[in-house]
Amino acid sequence: MQNGKTVVIGVIGADCHAVGNKIIEHALKEEGFNVVNIGVLSPQEDFINAAIETNADAILVSSLYGHGEIDCRGFREKCNEAGLKDIILYVGGNLVVGKQDWKEVEKRFLDMGFNRAYPPGTDIKLSIKDLKKDLGLEE
Amino acid sequence: MDAILLIDFGSTYTKLTAVDIENEEILATAKDLTTVNTDIMIGFNKAYEKLMKNIGERKVNFVKKLACSSAAGGLKMVAIGLVPELTAEAAKRAALGAGARILGVYSYELNKHEIEEIKSKKPDIILLAGGTDGGNKDCIIHNAKLLAEHIKDVPIVVAGNKNANDEIEEIFNNAGLFYKITENVMPKLNTINVEPAREVIRSIFMQKIVEAKGMKNAENFINGILMPTPAAVLKAAKILADGSDKEEGIGELIIVDIGGATTDVHSIAKGDPSKPGVTLRGLQEPYAKRTVEGDLGMRVSAVSLFEAAGTRRIKKFAPNTPYDVEERCKFLQQNVNIIPQTEEEYEFDEALGMVATEIAMERHVGTVESVYTPMGIIYSQVGKDLLNVKYLIGTGGVLVHSRNPEKILKAGLFSMESPNYLKPTNPVILVDKTYILSAMGLLAEEYPDMAVRIMKKYIVRA
Repeated sequence: MQNGKTVVIGVIGADCHAVGNKIIEHALKEEGFNVVNIGVLSPQEDFINAAIETNADAILVSSLYGHGEIDCRGFREKCNEAGLKDIILYVGGNLVVGKQDWKEVEKRFLDMGFNRAYPPGTDIKLSIKDLKKDLGLEE
Repeated sequence: MDAILLIDFGSTYTKLTAVDIENEEILATAKDLTTVNTDIMIGFNKAYEKLMKNIGERKVNFVKKLACSSAAGGLKMVAIGLVPELTAEAAKRAALGAGARILGVYSYELNKHEIEEIKSKKPDIILLAGGTDGGNKDCIIHNAKLLAEHIKDVPIVVAGNKNANDEIEEIFNNAGLFYKITENVMPKLNTINVEPAREVIRSIFMQKIVEAKGMKNAENFINGILMPTPAAVLKAAKILADGSDKEEGIGELIIVDIGGATTDVHSIAKGDPSKPGVTLRGLQEPYAKRTVEGDLGMRVSAVSLFEAAGTRRIKKFAPNTPYDVEERCKFLQQNVNIIPQTEEEYEFDEALGMVATEIAMERHVGTVESVYTPMGIIYSQVGKDLLNVKYLIGTGGVLVHSRNPEKILKAGLFSMESPNYLKPTNPVILVDKTYILSAMGLLAEEYPDMAVRIMKKYIVRA
C-alpha cells in the first residue's frame, strides 16, 4: 500500500557505499513510500533538484565514509534557497571518523538544520518509525 | 519505371533525390535555391527540371513524393521545465530530437519578463514540461496560466507531470489555445521519455507549421511534408543503426553534420559505461540523441566558432596558415557563399571543420571524472560513453564536398589530450557522399527495408 509520501534518498559526497543505500530503498518501499533513489556519489544539489521535481516530503542523506560533516554543511540553507522550506532532512551512517561522543555529533548535525541524525548501526526501521511520525502518518 | 521523389526544402537549397524502386538505386539528385519568401514551388520546379535532365531519357513515374523541410528558419521551439538539469533539460532533448531549433530553455516559474522574451522570439511551438509524474505540479500550472494569459497564437505541447494535466487542460481550453497533451518527458527522476513528445511535435509540424510557413501549396504536388529535416536525418540514423524488419542494421553509430550555421551531432547508441567500476550519474540520455551547436559553423557562425575555439586551437589544425584567424573568420561570416579555391583557403576551411567537429563532439559525448575517495580513485560518468561506437559518419555540404572528409572527422575521435571525453576511439569512418541521409529518413517512413539497403550501398568509406 502506498502511503502517499515521497522520499529522496542517496549517499552524499565522494562516497560509493551502495549496499546500505539499496537496503534503505527496499525498507522504505516496503512501508509504502514512493522512493526516489539518486544513488551514490551524490552532491547536495542532486538531492535538492530531485526533491523539487518529485515534490518530495523528506530527504534522507546517507554518509558512510567519515566525511559527512563536510559534505552536509549548508544543506539546509540550500534547501531554503531552493524553496524547499520545511522539507524534512535526516542524516545517518558513519558520519564522523574516530571515537567521538554521539551526543556531540548529533548536536552538530541538528545545528546544521537536520531534523534527525542517526549513529552508526541504527536499524532503518527506527528511522522509518520516526519519519512516519514526523510526516504525520503515525502517532 | 516506378520511382519515389524525396524532397528536402532546406534553408538555402531545395534538394531532390529520385529513387528507383525496382533496382533500389539513386536515379539522380538535383538542387536549386529555396524560394520560401515568394513561392516555394519556384525553386522546387527549377530543381525538378534539373533532376529530370539528370535522369535523362528514362521514363519515370513518381509513385510517391515525400518531403522534409528546414526552410523559413526551420522548426523553432522554446522548451520550458522545472529544474534546469532535469525536466528543462529533458524537454530540450525532446525538442532537439524532434528536429527543432531551440530558441531558449526556461526553468522554474516564469516571470512576465521571460514571457515577453518568449513572445518576442516567435517560436513555432512551445514545449511545456515540469515535475515528475506525481511530483511538483505548482510550477507547470503557474507557467500554463502565464502562457494562456500572454501567448495566444503559439501551439503548445504539454509533456509534464501527469497529475497537472486536468488543470492545464481547463486553463488552455478556457483561453482557447491550440495545445496537445502527451506523456511526461521525465516520468520518474532521471528517466527520460522523449519519444511521445517528439511524435506530437512532428504531428503539429505537419498540421500547422508547414502551412504557417507558406508551404501549403507545395502539398498540392507532393504527398506531404512529413517532418523537419533534422528529424529525417535522425530517423535515417536510427534505422541504419538498428535495421528494419527484414534488413539488419550496421550497429551503433554517430553522425556529424557540419553546416554553415550549425554543427549537428547525432548518436544512436546506448552509451552505458564500457569500463568496469564506473558509476553513471545524472539524467538518462536518449538512445537516439541529437545535439546542435549554434555557435559552430563554417560561415554564418564562423565568428562564434572563432570565439569558442580561439586562434591557437584553430591553428593546431592549420599550423602554417598565412591568415590571421580572427580576420579570416570575420571575412567568411560576411561572405557566406565563398567556396575555397586556393590551397590556403582549403586548408583553413578544413581546420574550421576539424575544430567544429572536435568541439561539437566534446559537447555531445559524456565525460568521466575521477573521484578521490578514502577507498581510492573511482570513476563517475555523466552522459553517453561512445568509446566503442562502430561507425562515425559525415554528412552535410562541408564534409560531402571536402577533399579529405576522413581527416576532418578524425578530429572528433578520442584523444589522450582530453581523455575524460568519451569520444569514439576507433570507428570506421564513412561519408554520405551522395548526400542522401535526410532523403532516406523520409523513404524509411514508407519503405524501411529499402532505406536500410540503399544507405548500406551509398554511405561509403571515406
